[in-house]
Amino acid sequence: MTVPAVRVHSLPGRRRRRLSSSLAGWGYATPTAAFVLIFFVVPIGIVARMSVSDWKLFTGDQGWNSGKNFQSAMDDNLLWPAVWFTVKYTVVTTVILLALALGLALLVQESNRWTGFLRTSFLIPSALGLASASLLFYALYSPQSSPLLGFTDKPISFLGTPMSALWSTVALIVWRYAGFYMLLLLVGLQSISGDVYEAATLDGANRWQTFRRITLPLLRPSLALSTIMCVTGSLLAFDQFYILTKGGPDNSTITIVQLIYNSAFQGRNDLGRAAALSVLVLGVLLIINVVQFRGLRGKEN
Amino acid sequence: MRLDISKKAIAGIAVATLTMTGLAACGGDSDKGSTAAPAAAGVDGVDDGSELALWTRAPLELQAKALVDKYNSGHKNQVKLTIVPNDDYVAKVGAAAGGGQLPDLFAADIVYVPNWAKAGLFADLTDSIAKLPYADKINQAHLAAGTYENKKYVLPFVLDLSVMFWNKDLYKEAGLDPEKGPTTLKEFKEQALAVQKLNKPGVNGTYFGGNCGGCNVFTWFPMVWASGADVMNPEGTKSLLNGTAAKEVYATWRDLQAAGAIAAGSKDETGATWVAAFQQGKIGVMPYPATLLPTADKTVKVGVAPLPGVSGGESTFVGGDGIGVSKDSKKSSQAWNFLAWLMSEKAQVDVLAANNTSVARSDLADNSFSAKDPRVALINKVAGSAQSKTPVAINFQQAFNAPGSPWVTLFRNQVYGDGSTLDKDNEAVTQVLGQQ
Repeated sequence: MTVPAVRVHSLPGRRRRRLSSSLAGWGYATPTAAFVLIFFVVPIGIVARMSVSDWKLFTGDQGWNSGKNFQSAMDDNLLWPAVWFTVKYTVVTTVILLALALGLALLVQESNRWTGFLRTSFLIPSALGLASASLLFYALYSPQSSPLLGFTDKPISFLGTPMSALWSTVALIVWRYAGFYMLLLLVGLQSISGDVYEAATLDGANRWQTFRRITLPLLRPSLALSTIMCVTGSLLAFDQFYILTKGGPDNSTITIVQLIYNSAFQGRNDLGRAAALSVLVLGVLLIINVVQFRGLRGKEN
Repeated sequence: MRLDISKKAIAGIAVATLTMTGLAACGGDSDKGSTAAPAAAGVDGVDDGSELALWTRAPLELQAKALVDKYNSGHKNQVKLTIVPNDDYVAKVGAAAGGGQLPDLFAADIVYVPNWAKAGLFADLTDSIAKLPYADKINQAHLAAGTYENKKYVLPFVLDLSVMFWNKDLYKEAGLDPEKGPTTLKEFKEQALAVQKLNKPGVNGTYFGGNCGGCNVFTWFPMVWASGADVMNPEGTKSLLNGTAAKEVYATWRDLQAAGAIAAGSKDETGATWVAAFQQGKIGVMPYPATLLPTADKTVKVGVAPLPGVSGGESTFVGGDGIGVSKDSKKSSQAWNFLAWLMSEKAQVDVLAANNTSVARSDLADNSFSAKDPRVALINKVAGSAQSKTPVAINFQQAFNAPGSPWVTLFRNQVYGDGSTLDKDNEAVTQVLGQQ
């Protein structure tokens, strides 16, 4: 400490300590706070400003336009189909992904000679970027390059109908993320104490009862985390559809984020309208997440 | 999916940062007169060893690199080339335009040029172009697309034309004359069906991008033009895609689809691989980008014809990219030096024609390279035909090229549906074109 002795004497010791520790506290918090301010608060402020301005991609800010962007966004005839599709996709993905991840986690939780190999092979797809994974599946699905077509006489159209495009994309996402959610749930499974299982066995509980009454309730925090991440991620889906289907066939696989992207960069080139849509999506996401937190935490306490 | 969210956050930050610098730059850039008119520097501009930045999109990489290398080796000015992925180009130019940070020179898909000229992204080149001794020989379709309110903003950078390609070997097998391609829509259909009848596994009559607006703008519009009709009114605000000739075009493809003569996968072809099957020798005849002739020639014996109309006619879509000096360039006289050189015989013949790309000057259509290959001569010739056009509309991208555009809906209903929705679908295109 290089604080001059005189000043040490002039301050009561306790107050000095409190001051320096609160200074240190601020010091620790400042980098994060600056980060949040620059990379979160300011951009959201700009988007909010854009959403109420006549702000085209090429011409920049042309001033306030009194909510016309929101009007125009709500009038988009692709908006409600996109909302419906995004919700459908989110429900399908979340249910399949979490069920499969839980199954995989249960499969690899006990150690035997195959565990290491299985865990690694389930997790490997997570190491691939989503865009790269999408390109890989694009090649798999393309009638011109697909090795899958070697097994059939009649060509399969993986992306040709709205239904097949949805399920083909879900297959990609499940392949890409199952290992990741398996890992999350595995951590939760392994934090359940062995004593509880032992007690259950002594009480004569069978496998199903153990799973239903012990594993699931104690896994709740991990399941809650996975659900929230999966729902939020799926509602913001973009890359996979942008690469695989470009919203087709017949605009059947346009998600909300794609609609935003299209408004900004593909055709309308209207940043104000895209910002208005973003603000709406942000609001809806906030509400959904609050509801999820409440619902998933409620019973635990 | 946390990764997803953070990636999006970063993208958001990037956009926000760009726009912030944009805000800052907008403030200081109010005096737009700071860019000196390049015309003041004479016909050839200035070659004083400046560094010039040039942006273009990835499909033109080959030609852009060859042009820039040749220019740099013979000039004091040095052009620094930046290649941007096709799908990101509009977003990148938009962000730079808002921020006052456009490069000295940048190319643009010719169908977007009217919109970008209207938005004021280019510097006025009217006087400079007028001084060129061969100004009247430069491709008129491109010049017209780059003219807004009587001011000229762009010159042709690289022409990309659409022509009919056929596989000579498959034609021979099917009992067709391998040296004679289709001259009417009906012949096109018959020849495609003949190849289909070979029933060879993996081989089909024809192919098209069934979920790709841009592909069919490029290949179907000329079929309408060759029939003597038009696709839009001259102002580009009203769609005429429900005309008699257009109906014939749709009917041709609908019949081919019904006969199973279109290769599998066309229905969900977004454009990423629409040229691949022909190069693999799996397609009999299809409309194709002329720039890919050297590539296709490596694997297939290619025949080339102009795109035909209902009863004859010869047309092509004069596509590709135009290039202009940006509003933000502080070195417009030096940038003009590059453009003036680009229009010269040295660039057009020694670089573009040498790389099997069409020349953008009608007086150079017959050159030492086209003399070697009659197909190249034919492509050059059809570029100057009266029926060959570049469609001009301010809202072109949104109406036709964008994923999910009303044009995509229109032609999909025509080919895969019963076609009864044509007037309604055409009205939807008009509605987007007419937007202010």
